[in-house]
Amino acid sequence: MGSGSGAVCSIQLNSVLTAEEQARYQDTSVIRRLLRESRTVAIVGLSADRQKASYFVGSYLKSEGYRIVPVNPRGGEILGERVYPDLSSVPFDIDIVDVFRPSHEALDFAKQAVAVRARCLWLQLRIVDHAAAELALSAGLSVVVDRCIKMEHGRFGGGLHAAGMNTEIVSARRPRMMKA
Amino acid sequence: MASEESRKFGFETRMLHAGHIPDPVVGARAVPIYQTTSYVFGDAEYAAQLFELKQYGHMYTRISNPTTSVLEERVASLENGTGAVAVASGMAAQFATFMTLLSPGDEIVASSHLYGGTVTQLAHALQKLSVAVKFVDPSDVSNFEQAISKKTRALFGETIGNPRGTILDLGPLSALADAHRIPLIVDNTFATPYLCRPIDFGATLVVHSATKFLGGHGTSVGGIVVDSGKFDFGRFPTIADPSPSYHGLRFYDTFGHYGFLMKLRAETVRDTGACISPMNSFLLLQGVETLSVRMTRHVANARAVADFLLDHPSVSGVHYAGLPGHPHYERARKYLPNGPGAVFTFDLAPRGVDPRLAGRKFIDALQLISHLANVGDARSLVIHPASTTHQQLSDEELRQCGVGPETIRLSVGLETLEDLIWDLDRALFAASN
Repeated sequence: MGSGSGAVCSIQLNSVLTAEEQARYQDTSVIRRLLRESRTVAIVGLSADRQKASYFVGSYLKSEGYRIVPVNPRGGEILGERVYPDLSSVPFDIDIVDVFRPSHEALDFAKQAVAVRARCLWLQLRIVDHAAAELALSAGLSVVVDRCIKMEHGRFGGGLHAAGMNTEIVSARRPRMMKA
Repeated sequence: MASEESRKFGFETRMLHAGHIPDPVVGARAVPIYQTTSYVFGDAEYAAQLFELKQYGHMYTRISNPTTSVLEERVASLENGTGAVAVASGMAAQFATFMTLLSPGDEIVASSHLYGGTVTQLAHALQKLSVAVKFVDPSDVSNFEQAISKKTRALFGETIGNPRGTILDLGPLSALADAHRIPLIVDNTFATPYLCRPIDFGATLVVHSATKFLGGHGTSVGGIVVDSGKFDFGRFPTIADPSPSYHGLRFYDTFGHYGFLMKLRAETVRDTGACISPMNSFLLLQGVETLSVRMTRHVANARAVADFLLDHPSVSGVHYAGLPGHPHYERARKYLPNGPGAVFTFDLAPRGVDPRLAGRKFIDALQLISHLANVGDARSLVIHPASTTHQQLSDEELRQCGVGPETIRLSVGLETLEDLIWDLDRALFAASN
């Protein structure tokens, strides 16, 4: 069960950001639009280890219909997709650059995301770098910081609720049925 | 800068709406009862993903159920937690919490002012699993501190303790737990999130017997575990290390602040099987929807009944933290500003009569207040511990539990106040003559 249109929600839990930073980098309407309108997600630092968080996120996004693009200098294939060494090697458009690398590497990937004209720079949970975020914002990208893209998709798609988690969504509106 | 879509809704709004969006198929406004054991998988790949916990969704009602999910998210929201898992009873909620956190050889430091069933679970059931429990007087946080050893893996207490209304000093206690990098587990059954939200004062985990005030109508047994999502389980072996019973999954690394609850659901509840029925989840939700209204009235009636008893010549003591004479009156005002619940004890003052006999005569003379072993019903309830739950104990052993042969426990309900006082007055007269 999805949350429907116009769901009102204040996501305040589980972030190391201040309230002002949350408003800037975790805007609910921005996140919902990104998840709805994006098709291609480059996952920087996607691991081939089936028990790693990045692998869980990659396999989830793929099963939810996104095209995932592993970015990892090790190359090879992950989740049946060709691995690219960096963003500039990817020969097609990328909507979201989802970063699973330590905070101090975020700035480099922000520059790459701007260079390949990605639509969004997304730094996963506890990956926080203001310089990276501001660089991407000033180049016109949407920016999400200290959020997990799988959790956010689950929040608005109903899956997180099914797991008993607090989505912080409140809505009395009846969602539209999805097309068969 | 907050967008139009961002709003933090009030407690009462979340009592009614959190966790339930009308379903797109039929638009049912009430929470539907999904009375089903299992759920059809879309395809083989999706099923495999579900079993590997890579997809969200329901597989089998022992693990999760859509009606129960509403109860879980709603109580998590009211407690300001990150999520919740509902189970068969309050005892099951505690046990699942301990089973998920602890390994053989670990220790817990627990308040000694607890529900008797909890004392038995801690002292005997956990002992069989080689978990040792040290009980301490919860009045002073230093008692917890002195009992902590290198093996201590959690602190445990009740917001409002049985039977004398001891109020847990949540602020210093959570600071103590933080200093030792161990979780503080709080049983918030008597307070409910309307009167106190332990997570706001630093508690890591909150457990409930939802059977009591959350459900509020004495119809259904259920329990729930809520996680604040704020504890760093990174060095906590049972949550952080690769799990042998989920093919090496590291729950904290993979699920972050959802790691503890994911493990509790996917392993502990899976293995122990103490699941809640969807019907009970529905009935408990009916109670949650009116929680604030009922608790306001419960507290008002309790305070008035306590005042009446305090002035009564046949009563020698009233142990309600809402009375200025109670040792934890100030603590109650700090942690429970809307009142310290509606369950308390008082002592009969039998003149020349055996106190146990006086207790029985009091119980037998009641007309309106129900004599049974429960609390938190909309109806007023009473029990005389010395002749029922604690009857095997000597007077001396009773005193160690904080009750005497003359002690009566009340759970004050929502009836007309004057009728409750009429009933108590008649029974007090009968007991002292």
